[in-house]
Amino acid sequence: MATAAMSEIEQVQDLTALVDGLRVLFEDPEFKVVSEIKRLTGKPIIGNFPVYSPVELFHAAGAHPVGLVGAGNQIEIAHADSRFQSFVCSVIKSTLELGLTDRLQDFEGIVFHSICDPARNLASVFKRNFPDKWVEYIHFPQNLVTESSVDYLENEYRRLLDRLQELTGKTVTNADVNNSIALYNTARSLMGTLYAFRRDHPHILTTRELYSLVRAGHILTVEEHIRLLEHALRLVRTKPGHERDHIRVILVGSFCEQPSLDLISAMEEAGLDILDDDFLLGRRWFTEDLPTDGNGVRTLASAYRDRSVISSVKHDSRRHKGDELVAQVKSSGADAVIVSVPKFCEPGLFDYAIYRRALLDAGIPHLFVEYEEKMWLFDKVQTEVETFVESLLLD
Amino acid sequence: MAEKIEYRGHLHDLQKDLMNDYFDQMTRSAQGEGSPAVYLLISGNPVELLRAFDLLPVYPEINALQTAVKKQALPFIQKAEELGYSTDNCAYVKADIGLFYSGNKAPMATVPPPGLLLTNYVGCNVYLHWWEHLAELTGAPIFDIDIPFLRSLDGEPSREDLQYVVRQLEELIPVLEKISGKKYDPDRLREVVQYSLETGEYWAKIKMMPQLKPAPYDAYFDAVTMMGPLYALRGTKEGRDYFRAAYEELQKRVALQEGPLPEEKYRLVIEGPPPWPYLRTFRDMFARWGAVFVASSYSTVGGLWEFGFRHDPSNPIESIAMHMLKWNLTNRNFLQRYAQLKSYVEDWNADGLVIHSVKSCRLFSAGQGDMREYFARELNVPTLLVESDLEDQRYFSPAQMRTRIDAFMESLEHHKLVGHQR
Repeated sequence: MATAAMSEIEQVQDLTALVDGLRVLFEDPEFKVVSEIKRLTGKPIIGNFPVYSPVELFHAAGAHPVGLVGAGNQIEIAHADSRFQSFVCSVIKSTLELGLTDRLQDFEGIVFHSICDPARNLASVFKRNFPDKWVEYIHFPQNLVTESSVDYLENEYRRLLDRLQELTGKTVTNADVNNSIALYNTARSLMGTLYAFRRDHPHILTTRELYSLVRAGHILTVEEHIRLLEHALRLVRTKPGHERDHIRVILVGSFCEQPSLDLISAMEEAGLDILDDDFLLGRRWFTEDLPTDGNGVRTLASAYRDRSVISSVKHDSRRHKGDELVAQVKSSGADAVIVSVPKFCEPGLFDYAIYRRALLDAGIPHLFVEYEEKMWLFDKVQTEVETFVESLLLD
Repeated sequence: MAEKIEYRGHLHDLQKDLMNDYFDQMTRSAQGEGSPAVYLLISGNPVELLRAFDLLPVYPEINALQTAVKKQALPFIQKAEELGYSTDNCAYVKADIGLFYSGNKAPMATVPPPGLLLTNYVGCNVYLHWWEHLAELTGAPIFDIDIPFLRSLDGEPSREDLQYVVRQLEELIPVLEKISGKKYDPDRLREVVQYSLETGEYWAKIKMMPQLKPAPYDAYFDAVTMMGPLYALRGTKEGRDYFRAAYEELQKRVALQEGPLPEEKYRLVIEGPPPWPYLRTFRDMFARWGAVFVASSYSTVGGLWEFGFRHDPSNPIESIAMHMLKWNLTNRNFLQRYAQLKSYVEDWNADGLVIHSVKSCRLFSAGQGDMREYFARELNVPTLLVESDLEDQRYFSPAQMRTRIDAFMESLEHHKLVGHQR
């Protein structure tokens, strides 16, 4: 199977041009490429709301998981704001707006996760407003100290698989799950290689480019995404670049609602070399390859507890977010931290207070930036970043 | 129209005495006397286990709301905001963090430091963050109890969900033994759970009374009075005795057909927590219209006794687990809340629904516009949605609130006059 978009992309031999071509994949509120994938594969489409979703299970069950992270600044919110109040973040409303404006017709279902209170209520609102859609809600364990949380999550995944099999009509074997784990291992490992390259060469592989490559995986099949990442990795190794008078930063807080691509560019152009970030964190959830020879469902459940990243939406009292951020800054050689949080995002905003204490204690400069996916004008953020950069460069 | 009318009976005075005793216990604990404190949360909690070890339950939510009722929360909120907490974060948390940084001196008590932070994660994601922050600030040990949300199609917890919660409660017992220095005594737990069973019996009967006309008390403004002992004293003899006294007092009012207002003109259901800093003002805005709340979702955050829940002394831990999983408002999904409110409107014979949307608590509020659509459009129930906050007085605009409520009540009057049938 090859989508037309992917066939074109594979002909492009210049990374910047290739990345520009990816915008049509993920900045399209009509999901035309998703429609094409549905037509070519015959698979039911499931939208995966942020942050982390066990995409391997959807893939193994014969569905195509599509990352559904709102609609950026591509649509006006005209209906959803009467359902969710002004103090609820934009991604909740724009995702509902996609549904209320019939843009999710190709989606058989949508899955939400226990990330925050509005996302949980949104699952119910979807159920009521779209009674014909398959709507699921995954409750991830929040007590990761107890080993019984792995048993719990394995059961939760088996419940999900049962529901998926009802939808797709496919009987899922352990081999299917392990096969999917292997594919997503490959995609994650390629993204990890690109992240490492960007950390060492942020002037060659920009964050805008890296972000686009990862984000394309929200839309493409994992098989096509792997081909895209391999192609990009070949191109990036020969891409020229010039070192810039930028400060090196770690960016955190943007794990759910996403800033527009142009906002990411605006921040880079204002003088940031971003060495690491948490954009689209759910796609890079595991810190190592997962085994592919065991009980696949159990593997995913146990990896959630023991081989995954720290996150504002995963409560793990064995770890301290502030300490881990400080360690990340030190090990990467970053000069500073950008805490970039979507407006009204409670998990991100709560964690800011923790980061702030830890960074002040460690003497690491930071800048707090608030954004919304629907922003069109970035002057304010750009000025804030420029001022911050200047203050560090002149220090 | 009279401006300030309320029912004030023995149950209110007794509550005040009992809560003052409870706050004194907190202050004594802070002074190193009496029982060590365990912080926990209101929603569907396992306070019976703490009581079985004679540990003192401390509820930062109660501390925050008491501070707000006394209109003293704002300086604490602002203190937290100076330290990086956002204007968009839950103001209960900010008031509590500000209180911590102000030496834990609340208007009603000195809050003791936690011997243990027990996170009963029952629906509210903010709980997890709140306790994580407290753990960092106080250095106290933390124990999380993860309660799987009610997410299946039938809205029931699975057998595996129940096993998972029971296992965590069993893992909690040695932690409580260590903190209290006492050995676990199953007979003592059964005794405590028996008190909770009897408390729940009385409370359930009390909650059903407003189905009668007139309702003998306001199921929002008077219910919140009774909610204090329900959490602070559940599992104790004093708590059980309080609910028996309240039940007997209210029974007499039923016999005399006395309601909280001189005349019950409108019967309303209310969704959402109260605006604590403006509780009296908010109450008077409805009282002046002769409107009584006959049922409220907020009074079920801690448990759904009126819908059948009872603790079970013969199976104490499992019944505590079921309380946490199934029998409280916050661990139920949003559509289950719609069903609960629908039952209130129908079975408690209400004329309309008021949705008080609070910015702080998105568990309650996120999506209440959809709830309004459902009640107003699909069920044709007169519905008012008003916004303010449960803790932060800056979000309560008395003039605007009164205008909205008056307009709603006028339309309700018209609705009744024309004999509108649902």
